Amino acid sequence: MKSPTKPQKQTQKLVKHKITGDNLFKIFATIIAASALIILIITGYTLLKGSIPAIQNFGLNFFFGQQWNPVEGREIYGILPYILGTLVTSGIALLIGVPLSLGIAIFLVEMAPRSLRVPVSYIVELLAAVPSVIYGLWGIFVLRGWMVTYVETPLSKYLGWIPIFSGTPQGLDIFAAGVILAIMIIPTIASLSKEVLTAVPNSIREGAYSIGATKWEVIKRWVLSYGKSGIFAAVILGLGRAVGETMAVTMLIGNATGPSAMPHSLFQSGQTMASLIANGFMEATTGSLKLSTYLGVGLTLLIMSLIINVGAHLIMTRVFKVKGGAIE
Amino acid sequence: MTTTIPTTIQEQNNIEQSQQEVTIDQTAKMQAINVNAWFGSKQILKTVNLAVKPNTVTAIIGPSGCGKSTFLRCFNRMHELAPNAKMNGKILLDRENIYDRQTDPVQIRRRVGMVFQKPNPFPTMSIYDNVAAGLKLTGAKKGKQLDDIVKHSLEQATLWDEVKDDLKKSGTSISGGQQQRLCIARAIALQPEVILMDEPCSALDPIATAKIEKLVVDLKQDYTVVIVTHNMQQASRISDYTAFMYMGELAEFGETKQIFENPKNKLTENYITGVFG
Repeated sequence: MKSPTKPQKQTQKLVKHKITGDNLFKIFATIIAASALIILIITGYTLLKGSIPAIQNFGLNFFFGQQWNPVEGREIYGILPYILGTLVTSGIALLIGVPLSLGIAIFLVEMAPRSLRVPVSYIVELLAAVPSVIYGLWGIFVLRGWMVTYVETPLSKYLGWIPIFSGTPQGLDIFAAGVILAIMIIPTIASLSKEVLTAVPNSIREGAYSIGATKWEVIKRWVLSYGKSGIFAAVILGLGRAVGETMAVTMLIGNATGPSAMPHSLFQSGQTMASLIANGFMEATTGSLKLSTYLGVGLTLLIMSLIINVGAHLIMTRVFKVKGGAIE
Repeated sequence: MTTTIPTTIQEQNNIEQSQQEVTIDQTAKMQAINVNAWFGSKQILKTVNLAVKPNTVTAIIGPSGCGKSTFLRCFNRMHELAPNAKMNGKILLDRENIYDRQTDPVQIRRRVGMVFQKPNPFPTMSIYDNVAAGLKLTGAKKGKQLDDIVKHSLEQATLWDEVKDDLKKSGTSISGGQQQRLCIARAIALQPEVILMDEPCSALDPIATAKIEKLVVDLKQDYTVVIVTHNMQQASRISDYTAFMYMGELAEFGETKQIFENPKNKLTENYITGVFG
């Protein structure tokens, strides 16, 4: 074989702004990526513009008022009960859902035999794919009956003197909505937490075992501690789902309006922002104050979701990263 | 030699037959008696017998995959934590079998500490808490008493002077060599009787290695040390006894000087002189 030919020096003029496949792809990808932001901005703008008449009309009472009077000429719309309803149902969902989700994640990662881990994880993730209306149907025809018989009636019988357990249990109430939300956020939180716990290095577990920690101590003091920022993120994503969840809540919450929708007791009908819109948007005619009100509710819900997500992100990066100094 | 290839079961039968009558060494701190270990169906250790004398450094050497780390992990019941891990045989600590049904592995691991190949300080804990973690589990030591033990352990691990002003910092904020000494301090804090070290220097630079080696020699005043190492010079420098393992069996065991200068087994000689490895 002959020696390889020397590379010939070629002088080539630099062509500026030549459109190549790479450049085209870059432009295309940029547009696609920007579209996510643009859609968010357009949505926000539409909601803001549409809700101005209602906010101008009612002022601060739009957000802090409780009245709901759709009679034309005497319209009053205050959305405080629905903001609180959203917060309370989501809170119940977290209170019930987070411990269960963590239990599932811990079981799958730390305890389950390998033969069980994969199928059970798969089933848990599959639960996230069940349409929300099916959860709603199951909630009305199965969960409601159980809740009334085994949970709500005993609670109101023995703890009825506590305000939040007062009232006559019907099963179509704030508590039922919170429970169905808890079930719906379990797959999200559990599967993300499972990923977080799986990512905890085995060397940390071994180190803990080597100084005489029991299995429970290893999980409590080392594994959960190492994964706390990730678990926090999982919980927030679950909260995001609970705040915006519409169909199943609408089917179970009882859909009260006005001052009676203020969440005083768990066993009364309530209303969330999402369920309010789902119930009423059909009646809102173009240009009416009612439509403007619904758009204002939508705007509040959007802002709340954004605050939850952005706030969670900030907390995660600031508190955990800087303080821990070592949590990746 | 027969030409038939033995099946796994026959092999295992052979192993059973080859079980030796081992007398309990009254002077040994720890003694492995007919230890077999498996991962799934793969046998890692084959009838290993070894006695570790108190207040000595015993080095375990051998080529990769010879089972030396697995053997070490049998000494504090860490082996059984791995999935599909099995073992049989006895390991005695002060003439008591640590694999007895009534024995709590947690108690064994407090008496037999361990330092791992890769430094693994707890990243979510401060330097102080890394050392105190084991004592905090039982809650027996608190306040000033705990401070004293942490200080003493860090001093013994020759780390105190380097970190005494940074005790609140994360355990992973220090260099790799310091992290490994922190892990040694973490093991010392529990006042174990035996310290197992699984290639503690393999992830460290030569200066950090020299510090750890000196530390290991110092530690035998108070503890019994068993160290797995890839580095034969290291074994000859720091150990009193050396065990050479090959293919899951203990090929040769004796005083370090004898093993390195006058090995009885051809395999040991080949390994030490670098014919294979």
